[in-house]
Amino acid sequence: MNLVDIVFYFFAVIIVASAAVVVLSKNIMYSAFSLLFTFFGVAGIYVLLNADFIAVTQLMIYIGGILVLIIFGVMLTTKITGLEMKTGITGKAQYAIGGLSTLVLGGTLIYVFNSTSWFKSPSVPTTSTVEAIGASLLTNYLLPFEAASVLLLLAMIGAALIARRK
Amino acid sequence: MLTDFGFILLYFIIGFVFVGIGILTAAVLRPSHPNPIKNSTYECGEEPMGGAWIKFNIRFYVLALIFLLFDVEVVFLLPWAVVYKQLGWFAFIEMIVFVVILLAGLAYVWAKGDLSWERPRPYIPSLRDLVVPKKD
Amino acid sequence: MNEILWLLLIFGIKAIIIISFVMLCAAAFVYLERKISAVIQNRIGPNRVGPFGLLQPFADVLKLFLKEDIVPKNANRFYHSLAPIITLGVAFSVFAIIPFASYLKIGDRVIHMGIAPNINIGFLFVLAMTSVGVYGITLAGWSSNNKYSLLGGLRSAAQMISYELAMGLAVISILLMSQDLTLTGIVEAQKGLKWNIFLQPLAFIIFLTSSFAETNRSPFDLPEAEPELVGGYNTEYSGMKFGMFFLAEYANMAAASAIISLLFLGGWNFPFIYEWLGFANGSVELVLVQLLVFLAKMLFMVFFFIWTRWSIPRFRYDQLMNLGWKILLPLGLLNILVTGIILMYI
Repeated sequence: MNLVDIVFYFFAVIIVASAAVVVLSKNIMYSAFSLLFTFFGVAGIYVLLNADFIAVTQLMIYIGGILVLIIFGVMLTTKITGLEMKTGITGKAQYAIGGLSTLVLGGTLIYVFNSTSWFKSPSVPTTSTVEAIGASLLTNYLLPFEAASVLLLLAMIGAALIARRK
Repeated sequence: MLTDFGFILLYFIIGFVFVGIGILTAAVLRPSHPNPIKNSTYECGEEPMGGAWIKFNIRFYVLALIFLLFDVEVVFLLPWAVVYKQLGWFAFIEMIVFVVILLAGLAYVWAKGDLSWERPRPYIPSLRDLVVPKKD
Repeated sequence: MNEILWLLLIFGIKAIIIISFVMLCAAAFVYLERKISAVIQNRIGPNRVGPFGLLQPFADVLKLFLKEDIVPKNANRFYHSLAPIITLGVAFSVFAIIPFASYLKIGDRVIHMGIAPNINIGFLFVLAMTSVGVYGITLAGWSSNNKYSLLGGLRSAAQMISYELAMGLAVISILLMSQDLTLTGIVEAQKGLKWNIFLQPLAFIIFLTSSFAETNRSPFDLPEAEPELVGGYNTEYSGMKFGMFFLAEYANMAAASAIISLLFLGGWNFPFIYEWLGFANGSVELVLVQLLVFLAKMLFMVFFFIWTRWSIPRFRYDQLMNLGWKILLPLGLLNILVTGIILMYI
């Protein structure tokens, strides 16, 4: 086990533990706040994969944007902060449905993971990935790039519309 | 590259441990004499009215949404800026298209008033207010 | 194995020096703030503890250590303690990528003056850390369970995210000039007097304004507007936890001045000095001179921050939001456009 592995497991533990808090906590604010550590751990994993730009983007957009949005959203909802969350189904049915969906989802993920022939890059990028990302965005992947801007525009207009409707 | 990030991680840990030690030292040194009045929520000496976790203005939420979308734009602009000189006019025009589409969104939320906050409308009393209306 | 030990040793020394430097900076800036405000308001300022009151900030910190920590009954204890740790920790983290001088050469070993100044993502790291800082303040506001704190935290979060955009756009025009993301590269591109403040004056103004807003300094100190919000997000904090927010504010100011010096004031570049002195690259003398130049610029920026605070009244919240979204954001985009067109023709 070398140093990179140790760091990987360090981040993995952070991700799994904080994600468990997100799922298991009865207070929705605790869930929202512990997402920080999940996002941070994921950024760490990206760094280990030599994807520095993606890692920083993860911090910027997920922690700076989405997390703040989630916290604002939760705080906006009246009286939700003190509420204990309960679902409609209680007792054994809950565990059965939960266990079944976990099994199906987990099984699918493991199956896909094992059956895909992953592309393994022959070399690890030693310099920054930013230049490469910029160059390929503006040449090979031009159409998705421009489509992204249209998508963002639609998202902005839609969000403003929904939020404005009382 | 990984070594640099490794050092940053170590530095993070050192920084947070340092702050933690600060908190712990303070916890050992300081006195602790809590009483119910001291531990009540501060509301300028009044009894607190209701909880603080209340519903607030939805504008903050809309603002965070718009921010998120523009943040993504900034992230897309960064790799463009770094390779700009190599790619030339073509990249420039592509980026203009990208930015103009997003600016249309900004113009939309601007025109619809999502960016404008309530201005205070202070009522300035004038001399006329002081005149007591005559009783008929 | 020996190599790794060497790297770790050098890193440890650097980390300790930088953390003490940040703490010392925060203490010194508290003193400077009080002295300068005193001069501006025709007072004397601290003059009891030590010569010229120089030991005042240390006395303050010692006092804060001994103060009782009051946590309101309705507050969330865990998050209430976590918030100051995150805020100050993030304030420290920004210094991980700041180069204080170019590099030192001992034997064949090149020692960079910073934890990781050559990191490829450079300034992006600062933007990311600012995002995490927003989280600490929101957490403080929410966990106190106090109306003032909540409003202060919300205002602060909304203000910081609004100005982060303008800040990012200002930096993009700098990147267009330097074509390099590393902070060392950006400084090297400003050799001599090619400082970005002269080449990119608009970006400088946008960035300066945004950093005032990001550090919650006056005239953008709405989150802690005393007449309406008492102490803002730190209303319910006392003792060392309050001290942490206080130190974080000044550490952030130090980070902001350092970054402005690096991005716009040419970092350790200064016309004629280096040609005149003629020290070799990587020598100790050169690094010392560079360090002095950089610290002088940083100190000037800090002075500017303090000067502004005691000269300009606070904005109203709608004015603040208008400035961020309706003026600085379009101006930033325009600046990128103009920079792009000019760069094509030269």
